Amino acid sequence: MAYAVGVDVGSTQTKAVIVDEDERIVGRALILTGANVVAAAENAYRAALDDGDIPEEEVGFVVGTGYGRYRVEFGDTQITEIVCHARGAAQMFPDTETVLDMGGQDTKAIRVQKGGDVLDFCMNDKCAAGTGRFLQSAATALEMDLGDLGPKALQGQRPVAISTTCTVFAESEVLSWMARGKKIEDILLGVHQSIASRSFALLKRVGIEGEVTFTGGVTLNEAMVSVLNDLLETEMNVSEESHYMGALGAAIFGLQRVRAGRGVAAVEEVAS
Amino acid sequence: MDEGLVGRGAREGGRLFREWFQTLTDAAESGERAAYVFVMGSMMEVLRSFDMHTVFPEINSLQTAVRRVSDEYLSIAEDHGFSPDVCGYVKADYGLQMRGGEHPMGRIPKPSVAVLTNACNTYLKWGEIWERLYDIPTVTIDVPGSRRAPGTKAHRDGELERDRKYVEGQIREMIPILEEVSGRKFDIDRFREVLDLTNQMGRSWRRLLELNATHPAVFDAMQEGTIYLGVVNALRGTQAGVDYFRDLVEEMEYKVAENISPLVDREEGHRLIFVGVPCYPIFRRFHQLFTDWGGVFVSSTYMWFASGGLSREFEYDLDNPIESMADGMLQSVTGAVDAMLFHDQALIEAIDTYGADGVVYHPVKSCRTVSTGLADSRRVVLENRDVLCLYIESDMMDKRVVSEAQLKNRIDAFFEGLESRKLRMAASGATS
Repeated sequence: MAYAVGVDVGSTQTKAVIVDEDERIVGRALILTGANVVAAAENAYRAALDDGDIPEEEVGFVVGTGYGRYRVEFGDTQITEIVCHARGAAQMFPDTETVLDMGGQDTKAIRVQKGGDVLDFCMNDKCAAGTGRFLQSAATALEMDLGDLGPKALQGQRPVAISTTCTVFAESEVLSWMARGKKIEDILLGVHQSIASRSFALLKRVGIEGEVTFTGGVTLNEAMVSVLNDLLETEMNVSEESHYMGALGAAIFGLQRVRAGRGVAAVEEVAS
Repeated sequence: MDEGLVGRGAREGGRLFREWFQTLTDAAESGERAAYVFVMGSMMEVLRSFDMHTVFPEINSLQTAVRRVSDEYLSIAEDHGFSPDVCGYVKADYGLQMRGGEHPMGRIPKPSVAVLTNACNTYLKWGEIWERLYDIPTVTIDVPGSRRAPGTKAHRDGELERDRKYVEGQIREMIPILEEVSGRKFDIDRFREVLDLTNQMGRSWRRLLELNATHPAVFDAMQEGTIYLGVVNALRGTQAGVDYFRDLVEEMEYKVAENISPLVDREEGHRLIFVGVPCYPIFRRFHQLFTDWGGVFVSSTYMWFASGGLSREFEYDLDNPIESMADGMLQSVTGAVDAMLFHDQALIEAIDTYGADGVVYHPVKSCRTVSTGLADSRRVVLENRDVLCLYIESDMMDKRVVSEAQLKNRIDAFFEGLESRKLRMAASGATS
């Protein structure tokens, strides 16, 4: 059996996914990236191997993706996370034509052909406005766990209007609403709506067609999914693997290389 | 064939450019008179007929970025109260003036007069800075710009002629000012000679653009194109400029015959069109991000809007030089503005003419004029042609707003898309 691995080194978290020759996910891991990007990639890879109980010698190809893709030093090649998220989304939801990926520091809107080829994409500019980092800032200001934001926001009835999408100013704006006596759930609903509207604008720039698949770490946030569904007037595709979609796409690309005979086996064959 | 032919244009362009800066340095040191002008509507032929030195502040500014010192000049301007949002070219020029003309290419003379048009709103405020600093006359040619360039839209009867006369009147008003500044009388025969030289340069310039439609392309419109743009502006209306572009066409015709691409270590992989102004603070690296993938810029809007109208099929009428100068000014300025603001149809034509696979849009923070409407243009192009478009943002001067890692990420994804598409098309071709 030959396996392929995708390692997605994101700004906040590093994900690794292992697929077998039948394109099934047989191992996965998620760890915090931290300051040592090289170690994060290695650790996620090892953890995924352990998770699937996969012998390393049976790994045929490793693809690095994410902002730290060039630090996946044991990888065979690197592919951008834009292309990998598109491929992963198409793998999980074959009718995907539009992908929204919301990660820790950037948000991407991607138009894809059926099958996962990228037709067009747009990303937030240099600042982290409208990304998962904005939620982190709000959580810090409210002294809440990131995972509690979504459920709390869903309780909101009268969302406040968050005027800034600047992550630096998010805390002060949230605190100013607190000082004016607004309910936490209403503030949080406003925060989610603010981020969603910015993502919606990105999606409009590439055009919203067909099924929309939501990927990235923020897919775990139920309130964000709900607010975005309202804006899009459709139900986005979301799965428990959405967080791993970039790594999955990378692994699928790796599997293509294994099938093409350009993996470790091919290298060894040439060497022998 | 002469081995020295390939690459001669880049070498000679660099040499001529350095020589031109040396003449400016000499002029600064001897106190000779110089006119400050802009690439869009430079009025070079009139100024050249007075044998005045001409200074292009836009070129000075971008050269500080190419030579990686723009931050020093920008800081001076910002220390004096200019906002980070003000045009980087203006701020670098202001820093240059505060440094007494000290520039990495030499020394720039102070202006004795400034000649500008309304092609860019910033030009007007820029001219006011020089007026205040040096108490010099500033001539602003108001070019009607609301009707689109001739040839792109039908004009009502007489409309163009009225516009032309309006510009002609302003040129006639400018001449006595230049006579006073230069201390020389206007010589219409000398003016005709200069117009004739520009006509000759224009023919070569258009031939140059035309030659790059071949496969593989023979020069890169972003990298080499920027050298050619420098020469076409600095040496406009000179015999040296005529000779340079005649030789350049010879070189490119040779490269066409021999299938010589500007990529030295790989084959042409993807043919691209560049929209906007390059990222000068990391110019070489920026360009390399594309060539690493086998990308070649076969055309650029920069070579249209910054060539002083030479990309247009227009020649000065030597029998009616002032009238024709007005006509050329009207066409070149409106054409330049159209090349910045209404380029979607021209891009679609260029995609067909040059056989382009992709279009790269590069809006820049410090020039909203060239960055306006690019998202709309991209949408129109995508709706009309089966190409991929890349939209990346940085700056032409300010490295504080240039993120190479983010640029690379987007550029890599763009090429991954182009490669994937190429493979798919090859596969469908193989099975059909």
